[in-house]
Amino acid sequence: MIHKIVSKKKLNHDTYKIEIKAAHVAERFRAGQFVIIRIHDKGERIPLTVSSTDSKKGTITLIFQVVGKTTFELSTLNAGDSILNCVGPLGNPTEIKLFGRVICIGGGTGIACIYPIVKALVEAGNKVISILGARTDRMLILESEIKEISSKTYISTDDGSKGHHGFVTDVLKIILKENHTAKTINRILVIGPPQMMKAAAEVTRPYQIKTIASLNTIMIDGTGMCGCCRTYVNGEMKLACIDGPEFDAHKVDFDSVISRLSMFRQKEVLAYKDFKKRMRLK
Amino acid sequence: MIKLGGTRVPMREQDPRERIKNFKSVPLGYNEEEVIQEAQRCIQCKGLPCETECPINMKILEMIREIANGNFKKAFFLVKEDNPIPAITGRVCPQESQCEGACPLSKRGHGINIGKLEAFVADWARKNKIKEEFHIKEKEEKVAVIGSGPAGISCAVDLRKFGFQVTMFEALHKAGGVLQYGIPAFRLPTEVVDYEIQYLNDIGVDIKLNFFVGQNIKFDELRREFDSIFIATGAGAPMFMNIPGENLKGVYSANEFLIRVNLMKAYKFLEYDTPIICSGTIGIIGAGNVAMDAARCALRLGVERVYVLYRRTKKESPARAEEIQHALEEGIILKELVAPKRLIGDGDGWLKETELYEMELGEPDKSGRPRPIKIEGSEFKIKVNTIVEALGSMPNRLFLSRTPELEVNKWGQINVDLNLRTNIEGVYAGGDAIRGNATVILALGDGRKAAESIRNYIRNKSRRNLVL
Repeated sequence: MIHKIVSKKKLNHDTYKIEIKAAHVAERFRAGQFVIIRIHDKGERIPLTVSSTDSKKGTITLIFQVVGKTTFELSTLNAGDSILNCVGPLGNPTEIKLFGRVICIGGGTGIACIYPIVKALVEAGNKVISILGARTDRMLILESEIKEISSKTYISTDDGSKGHHGFVTDVLKIILKENHTAKTINRILVIGPPQMMKAAAEVTRPYQIKTIASLNTIMIDGTGMCGCCRTYVNGEMKLACIDGPEFDAHKVDFDSVISRLSMFRQKEVLAYKDFKKRMRLK
Repeated sequence: MIKLGGTRVPMREQDPRERIKNFKSVPLGYNEEEVIQEAQRCIQCKGLPCETECPINMKILEMIREIANGNFKKAFFLVKEDNPIPAITGRVCPQESQCEGACPLSKRGHGINIGKLEAFVADWARKNKIKEEFHIKEKEEKVAVIGSGPAGISCAVDLRKFGFQVTMFEALHKAGGVLQYGIPAFRLPTEVVDYEIQYLNDIGVDIKLNFFVGQNIKFDELRREFDSIFIATGAGAPMFMNIPGENLKGVYSANEFLIRVNLMKAYKFLEYDTPIICSGTIGIIGAGNVAMDAARCALRLGVERVYVLYRRTKKESPARAEEIQHALEEGIILKELVAPKRLIGDGDGWLKETELYEMELGEPDKSGRPRPIKIEGSEFKIKVNTIVEALGSMPNRLFLSRTPELEVNKWGQINVDLNLRTNIEGVYAGGDAIRGNATVILALGDGRKAAESIRNYIRNKSRRNLVL
C-alpha cells in the first residue's frame, strides 16, 4: 500500500512536518502510539511519532528531525510524492484518565510526541502544566498549540533565546520546589532525548511522583520479533515496541538505552554521506 | 542403462571459497540427466518407508518413478497434490531424519536424494511456467488467515481450491514469514519464495501486508468479518539467555541478525538502507538451523572468524546434516560443550569478550538428548566482537495478550484438538503457533488439515442454518 504525502511544511532548519494518507492509522491511533515507515523498497524501517490525526481526511501528521539518511530522504519528498509503507498504530497508548494535575515535558522533536498526550489528558479533565525545551528559539515546535490547551506552559532553551536559559529539568526543579507544588502533582510525562528523560527522572525521584518516559529506541519490525529495542526496566528485559514505548522512568536503565542508540552510528553517518554524494551527482 | 542402488549422484555445489563471498544458492541443483540417473537408483520398495516417514505422506515413490521416466510434468502435479510448496520443502526439510533417513539405501550412506528430486521438479515447473491448474467454484464464505509463513500459505491455497474468499494478514511488509525473514537466500533463494507468494496472488488470495492482528487490527474485528479464522502466527519472538551483558552493543538475537540480513538486505548496505555491524570474531550461541544460518551469513558479511558455541556436541545438534556440513566446509569453527556465563563490555558499551563454561553431557533429558551440565570452575574467556543468540523462539506474546480468550499452554502455544480447532468456535490454529519451533513441513501439514477442518465447519454451519 502506498501512502501519499498530502502536505509538507518545514518547521525549522532540520525539522519537518508531513501529512500522509493512512486512513487505517488515523482511525485507530491513540496518544502515545507510533508508526513504522519505509520510504521505498530499499529503505529501512524507522519508528516515527504521530503528532496528530485527521480521521475524516484519513491522514496522519508526522513530525521528524533530520538525523540521518532516511529522515533526510524523507525531507526531500514533497506533497504528491508517496512513501511505500506505514504500519501502525504500534505500541501501547498512553494511560489516559483523570489524574488531577499533570506535568508534560517535551524536548526537541519529543514535543511532537507529547502534544497528542497533552490533548488527551486535557480532554480527560486534567490540568496540564507543559514544559517545552529546545536548543534555541527557532527550533521550538508546536508552542502555540500546546500553550492553547495547557493550564500553564513554560519554555526553556539551551541558549536562552526564549524562556528559561537552560534545560527543561531546571524549570521542572523550580516548579516542584515552589509552594509545595510537588504535592499537588499526580503524574509527570517526559518525552525527548534519553539524556533529558534520564535527568528528569532524577529530578522527580525524590518527590516520588510517578514519572513516565517514552523510549525512542532503534526498531525494525516493531512487533516483538527482532528484540533490538530491548531495554531493562527494573532489571527485567522489556521490548519498547510491544511492552512500551512508555515505561516508569524511575525504573528504566537509561544508560543502556543511550548506549544502544549509538550502536549503528558509524554506519548511519556513512549512509548519510553516501546518499548526499549520490544526490549531488544527480 | 538403469542401475539400481549404487551411489548417489553427487550434487554440484558452489565452491566453499567462492560461495562465502555471495548469497547465491549453495547447491546448484540437478540437471535433467542427473535427476533421472538419481531417480533410477530407487529400488521401489514395497513397504514405502520414505512415504511413511514423510510428515505429510507425500507420494514419493510415484514421484521418483515419473522422474526416472523423464515425466517431470507428471511428477510435478503428483507432488503438488500433497504439497503446495515443494521448491521450499525440498530445500529445508530435514530429509535425513524423514524420507531419506528411511530409504534402505541410506544404510550404506547413499539414500535417494529425495529432497533434491523434489526441488528439481518444482524448479523445473517454475522455469517452464507450468502451474497447477484448477477451476475454483467461488463460494461466499470468508476466511482469514493470520500469518503468511508455511502454515498460512498451505492453508490459504487449499481454502481457495475449496472456493472460499481468503484474506491473509501479514505484519511485515513482505509475505512469507520465516521463509522471508529467517532463511537466508543461499539456502532458499528469494525468487523461490517470491514465486510462491505470487502464486497466492494469482489464485486470488488477498494478502494484506503491514497488518499486525491484535495490534493495529483487532482479533474481534476479524471474528465479526470472517466466517472462520486460521491462526498461523508462528513462533517469531526471540529468546534470550538472561545473562549479564546482553544489552551490550554487538549482541543480537538471531531474529534481529537474520531480519537485517535477509528481509532488509543489510548485506547490500548503502544500496539498501538497513545497516548491520559485524566484524572480527563472531560467536553464535546454539547449533540449530538458525544458528548455522546466522553463522554462514556472518561469513558472507566478511567476518574473520565464526565460532558456533554449543553446549552439547555435533551429534546432538538439531540442524539439518547438510547445513552443518556446508557450514564446516565454509570454515565455521564448532566449539562443542561450552555455554556462556556472561558477556563482557569494553567500557564504551561494546561487546569485547565472553566468558564460557565448559560443559559435560549427563543423562538424557526430556528431548531425549544428553543433558548438558556446567563444570564449575571451568570458566574461560574468548574475545568476540559480535554475539548472536540463536536459542530458539517463542510465539508472539503480544498477539496472545490481545486474544486472552484463546487457550494456550504454559509455553504460549495455542491449544488445539486433533482437527486443529481452538477453544473458540470457528477459529483454528497450526504451525509453530501450536508447536513451538518445529519444521516447515509440519506447519504445511497443519495448514492443509486446518483448511479441511474449516471446510467441514463452514459446511456444517450452513447446514445448521438451513435447518433453522
